[in-house]
Amino acid sequence: MSVPAEWYLLVSALLFITGTVGVLIRRNVIVMFMCIELMLNAVNLTFVTFDRMMGGLAGQIAVFFVLVVAAAEVVVGLAIIVSIFRRRASTDADQVSLLKW
Amino acid sequence: MVRLAAQGGTELPGYIPLIPFFPMAGALLLLLFRRSIGRGRWAGIVASSVIGSSFVLTLMAVGNLMTMTGAPEERTLSGPAYEWIAAGGLNVAMTFKVDALTAVMLLIVTGVGTLIHVYSIGYMEHDERKATYFGYLNLFAGSMLLLVLANNFLVLYVGWELVGLCSYLLISFWYFKPEAAAAGKKAFLVNRIGDVGFLIGILLIYAHFGTLDFDEVFARATELQGAIVTAIPLLLFVGAVGKSAQVPLHVWLPDAMEGPTPVSALIHAATMVTAGVYMVARTHVFFEASHTAALTVATIGAVTALFAATVACLQDDIKRVLAYSTISQLGFMFLAVGVGALSHSPVAYAAAIFHLVTHAFFKALLFLGAGSVMHALEGETNMKKMGGLIKTLPRTGWTFIVGWLAILGIPPLSGFFSKDAILVSTYEEGWFLLWLIASAAALLTAFYMSRQVFLVFFGKSRSSEDVHPHESPSIMTGPLVVLAGLAAISGMWLGLTHAGPIFRLLEPLFGVHEEAGTEAFLGIPEAGLVMIAVALSVLGMFLAWRLYLARGGEERRAALQERWSGLASFVRSGYRLDALYGALFVWPGKTIANVAAYAFDVRVIDGAVNGLAVSIGRSAEGVRRVQSGLVRRYVMAMLTGAVVLLALFIARAN
Amino acid sequence: MIDASVFLLAAALALGSGVAMVLVRNAVHAALFLVASQLALAVLFLIQGAFFIAALQIIVYAGAIMVLFVFVVMLLGVDKRESLIEPLRFQREIGVGLGVLLIVAALYLGVGTSFAVADLPDSAGPRSTEGNVEAVARELFTHWALPFEITSVLLIVAVVGTMVLAKRRLRS
Repeated sequence: MSVPAEWYLLVSALLFITGTVGVLIRRNVIVMFMCIELMLNAVNLTFVTFDRMMGGLAGQIAVFFVLVVAAAEVVVGLAIIVSIFRRRASTDADQVSLLKW
Repeated sequence: MVRLAAQGGTELPGYIPLIPFFPMAGALLLLLFRRSIGRGRWAGIVASSVIGSSFVLTLMAVGNLMTMTGAPEERTLSGPAYEWIAAGGLNVAMTFKVDALTAVMLLIVTGVGTLIHVYSIGYMEHDERKATYFGYLNLFAGSMLLLVLANNFLVLYVGWELVGLCSYLLISFWYFKPEAAAAGKKAFLVNRIGDVGFLIGILLIYAHFGTLDFDEVFARATELQGAIVTAIPLLLFVGAVGKSAQVPLHVWLPDAMEGPTPVSALIHAATMVTAGVYMVARTHVFFEASHTAALTVATIGAVTALFAATVACLQDDIKRVLAYSTISQLGFMFLAVGVGALSHSPVAYAAAIFHLVTHAFFKALLFLGAGSVMHALEGETNMKKMGGLIKTLPRTGWTFIVGWLAILGIPPLSGFFSKDAILVSTYEEGWFLLWLIASAAALLTAFYMSRQVFLVFFGKSRSSEDVHPHESPSIMTGPLVVLAGLAAISGMWLGLTHAGPIFRLLEPLFGVHEEAGTEAFLGIPEAGLVMIAVALSVLGMFLAWRLYLARGGEERRAALQERWSGLASFVRSGYRLDALYGALFVWPGKTIANVAAYAFDVRVIDGAVNGLAVSIGRSAEGVRRVQSGLVRRYVMAMLTGAVVLLALFIARAN
Repeated sequence: MIDASVFLLAAALALGSGVAMVLVRNAVHAALFLVASQLALAVLFLIQGAFFIAALQIIVYAGAIMVLFVFVVMLLGVDKRESLIEPLRFQREIGVGLGVLLIVAALYLGVGTSFAVADLPDSAGPRSTEGNVEAVARELFTHWALPFEITSVLLIVAVVGTMVLAKRRLRS
């Protein structure tokens, strides 16, 4: 007897919520970034689960592309964080609020 | 197209549209390139030659018309020049028609027009904006030609408005003079009143006939029933009253004398102001259908003739005398047209057109003469400061005297024939009261014109010592001589008897004259009427001589002045009509405008707009805080929205 | 039974490490918890038959990407601890509140609905003659060939972008 798909989806949703709340309450941009990665992972789990439900492969292919995009995103995102840190000597998201008015 | 050409007559020859086209093109050329041709005499030469070309074409058209055979009604050239407006049910082509009436008008506009253009070359010699002046003058000539060539009401109306515009432009040509600017504005606004009536009339015609084509409308004019029979001619006449400066819309013409004198001669004496007479004559079918309308025309004409003549007697400005004289003479023409419509009298109509022609000659002559005098006296217009100029300005003087005798109606000059034709036909058709008024006006005409001649050309010089009058150059006196010749002989040539060329020519339009239809009041024979008219002219002349030239005239005038000073100043001011109109119309209008501008616009409309702007600014100041630049706040807002959406989805799913 | 117990174990590990990652103050610890969570997720992929994805998850995510994270954390100062004082008013409270709301919604949806997929196949679909990796490869290099090639452009752009961002500006 296999585990029902709903359970996987529930786990995935809870992981996603955890990541979301993390983005909201953490101030360290690197940790916020990690939370975003967690959200991406949660979505990947959804993809794989639905893929199994539908009996195809498209979901796994999508996960593959998500991984590639995530890799690119992490590289650029971390580079941005590094350059911000060079300028401000801080990784606090609240310190970077010039983008207004 | 077929429909338009169906009404008899011959197809329009190709050169007819060129008649108005030439001056229009000249205007375009002069106004576009006024800087490059503004120097020297070139502008005048160009303008004169284009209007001269139109004159030649007009002569061709008239020759074409004269050699035509067939029934009188079919002796016309008509047809579309090109398709103009074709929108749904409305189908207006630029249709032209040359018949006897149009031919007469064409000859005046191009003939007298050419002379005045040539004269202007001399008169405007020293003006900076010559090219502009001649451009406007050409534009006017083209518009006027369009007006008289029109074969439907819309084209007529376009010409009608264009001449109004040119009149405005030329009256206020010296716009840097406040009086000239004001006079132009006044002329434009007063004309507007008339034009609105005219336009409503045209719209009524369209509403009832579904077409604006002259031939069709006139052929079906008798179909009309009820109040519209009177409304259409009266509304058309309102337009004529405005354009031809009849009481009560005459107030603009005396002020229009602020424009250059050749303009006064061309527009405000010879051509544009006669457009009203032309239009009423053209649409005479409507006026014949309504006794009320016809009587209105005749009455207004007679009243205007007398009214303006009284005012003219007391003017000191050389041009204002002529302006009131023009109003008065136009009154004569309307009287004749009105009598023609009242009594279905071809002779009366023809007399109106006849007088229109001779008046164009002698009044243009008088205006140009006055211009020549002003030119000689460096712009002086007050007759009290002239006198004895016949010696220094012989050619101007003698031609002026020809014009004077012509307007007086001294045989055998032209005015004699045309004015008597009006008076006689009025009398013979049984309109004794109108005849009496017109005769009184004729007497006064003789008086004020003689007064003018005596004051300007005879007696002792009253000008100041340092003014040295000099005769105008021959480019100005040449047209004077030609016009004097025309003013002298045109009467004999055109209308020696009721079988004269002008009466014959107009028969296709107004019908054939039948001798002695009605029993005349008092039974004075025609010869007697003519003698009475001449006697009145001589009497007027004599009175003026007694007061202004004869020994002791000074004392007689002083005595009259003492006795009637109040009345005199009342009449001199034009019966204070300007003041009355000012109080009745101008002041309320200005007040409403002021309230609208300074109370309503500033407070209410601007207040609303500014209030809106301020409230947006304030709310933006508040909303600005939302954009904190803090990424986590943004994420929170986003998530909140997502949660709300999710809640909505769940709620809807259940 | 084995499936269920493996699932429960892996799910608990994934969720627990995720929550721990959000809660710990030290960024290096957070990164390590994230690695743990991702390894647990790889197990969840495995038991659903997605072998290729599970391998990628471990190699690319838990391996390469997380190493990059740790590297940056070390570069920017390992001993920095996040202060517990929240400068934005109610940010933490509202964030947690929204999270709770979402959890309620997720539980409501997860419990209240059934997808009727009780008899799911254990591994990747009907192509059981082929292994999962071959199946994915076949799909990827035939049907998805063009997007696959385009991802290489994306990666190059990312590399160039990173170099531009990270290079020290030469002061003249």
